[in-house]
Amino acid sequence: MPASALETQKLCKSFGALTVAEDIDFRLEPGARHALIGPNGAGKTTFVNMLTGRIAPSSGRILLGGEDLTKASQAARVSRGLGRTFQVTTLFRSLPVLDNVALAIAERDGVARRMWKPASKYSEIADEAMQLLAKLEIAADARTPVQDLPYGRQRLVEIAIALGLKPKVLLLDEPAAGVPSQDSGRILEVLAALPGDIAILIIEHDMDLVFRFAQRITVLVQGQVLVEGTPQEIAADARVRSVYLGEATHA
Amino acid sequence: MSGYTSDPRIRWTEWLPWLAAIAFFFAMPEYLSLGARILIYILTVLSLDLILGYAGIITLGHSAFFGLGAYTAGVLSAKYGLTDPFLQLLAAAVAAAALGMATGAVILRTKALTLLMLTLAITSILLEIANKASWLTGGADGLSGVKTDPILGMFKFDIFGRTAFIYCLIALFIGWLVVRRLIYSPFGAMLTGIRENTVRMHAIGAPVYWRLVLVYTMSATMAGVAGALLTQVNQFVGLNVLGLEPSGDLLVMLILGGVGRLYGAFVGPVVYLIAQDYLAKQYPEYWYFGIGVLLIVVVLFARGGVLGLVDKCLQALSRHRNSAKASAR
Repeated sequence: MPASALETQKLCKSFGALTVAEDIDFRLEPGARHALIGPNGAGKTTFVNMLTGRIAPSSGRILLGGEDLTKASQAARVSRGLGRTFQVTTLFRSLPVLDNVALAIAERDGVARRMWKPASKYSEIADEAMQLLAKLEIAADARTPVQDLPYGRQRLVEIAIALGLKPKVLLLDEPAAGVPSQDSGRILEVLAALPGDIAILIIEHDMDLVFRFAQRITVLVQGQVLVEGTPQEIAADARVRSVYLGEATHA
Repeated sequence: MSGYTSDPRIRWTEWLPWLAAIAFFFAMPEYLSLGARILIYILTVLSLDLILGYAGIITLGHSAFFGLGAYTAGVLSAKYGLTDPFLQLLAAAVAAAALGMATGAVILRTKALTLLMLTLAITSILLEIANKASWLTGGADGLSGVKTDPILGMFKFDIFGRTAFIYCLIALFIGWLVVRRLIYSPFGAMLTGIRENTVRMHAIGAPVYWRLVLVYTMSATMAGVAGALLTQVNQFVGLNVLGLEPSGDLLVMLILGGVGRLYGAFVGPVVYLIAQDYLAKQYPEYWYFGIGVLLIVVVLFARGGVLGLVDKCLQALSRHRNSAKASAR
């Protein structure tokens, strides 16, 4: 079997008696468009936080491009090509949009440690940031502080920062959360236009978005993988329906 | 003001503090000793602004580095006969840097109140050591008999404070150049990123902890040099350079001037020390009361300190002008 882009083996996490992830075996193929869905409290965000290294798993392994990174720092994972966006926008609020993206590019390029030459003289960083913003059609806001942008566009900045890292694997934690419905189409356009060689795992509640975007879907329920399959298989699965439509349909 | 979109060129207004300092030198020769002390505190507050205003490290322990620098220069001179001014500065810098790195490596894994308490603990411990080790530090009596050679073998520290003032002004100028370079660099932009959103900084792959230890050490070094300057100028070190009180003073100076604005560090100590000098003469017993009132007024009515207030006035003025122009048309 060729190396997966991202893989977990028997990944577990418990807080005391509460188990939020149990034996999660998960595989993300290179260039995949994969969605992770599940009801509230299924442990989706915990799973993502274990992947990125924000919290340590209780047991199990995490492999990125075949390399064991279970104990690696967040920074080490990012430098090996793992990028993410956050469910709640996590931006440098008072800084201009351009700087938000430039900080990420500077970290990737190793420029962020430089202490003498002014940042604005590193024109290749600003140029790359501008290109990225142009691609997402937010170049006109480059000098606006992020906090002054409408929420929909802040979500795009969130994606731009992650793309600035040139990730091989991109974790999108509810990219359309909190966005008014007239703007969510724009986010879907951006997602559809992402480079094909990036493996993408999207966590999303908006089923419309999931079924249009994903080629494979994993359903997580109470910290366990319930089922994995193509969108058609998931849509037809009786167990998935019962989880989403409530226990009443069981009877 | 820093970052990838800012213009790093020095604006004409940025020369004003230096012009003011030179004007002060010629216009007020009887106040040069106070002037030198103000310059030293500006250098110290500048180093505090680097970690607090830019990197967002809250601290009540900055006096640890200032005080260690002051005592290093003093002890080496009074007890071991090291009287070369530059060697004294170098020794103070090395000692403060070592303390900054060692304590930073431990405490910068914490944040918020825990961090605040740990920084306070460190300077309190140093204060107690300086108090108890009186064979070395002179204890509560302070350390007198500090000698410093003439600078470059030519300029003796005179009783009017002329040499001291120019010496401190040059030291501050170098410190300002370094800090200014630093905050306009990618490293400075990165520090602002840590202050604005640490979670995001981790997520873009920055080794946040190591970067904080690095900037903390740099700031400690600067504060140590400033402490040594104070010893050289006063030819004396006392316990008042360590502990909560001087840390609090430094913090109040920075808040008065404006946090994270580079020049807040210039304005704050001037306002604070002149107010202290004046109030202490007028009301020797109640001068801290005046400082307290000043702080309350600034925090309530001028968030962003004196410089924040200046900014607001300039903005209001330009708005007024624009609307006047608009109505004239």
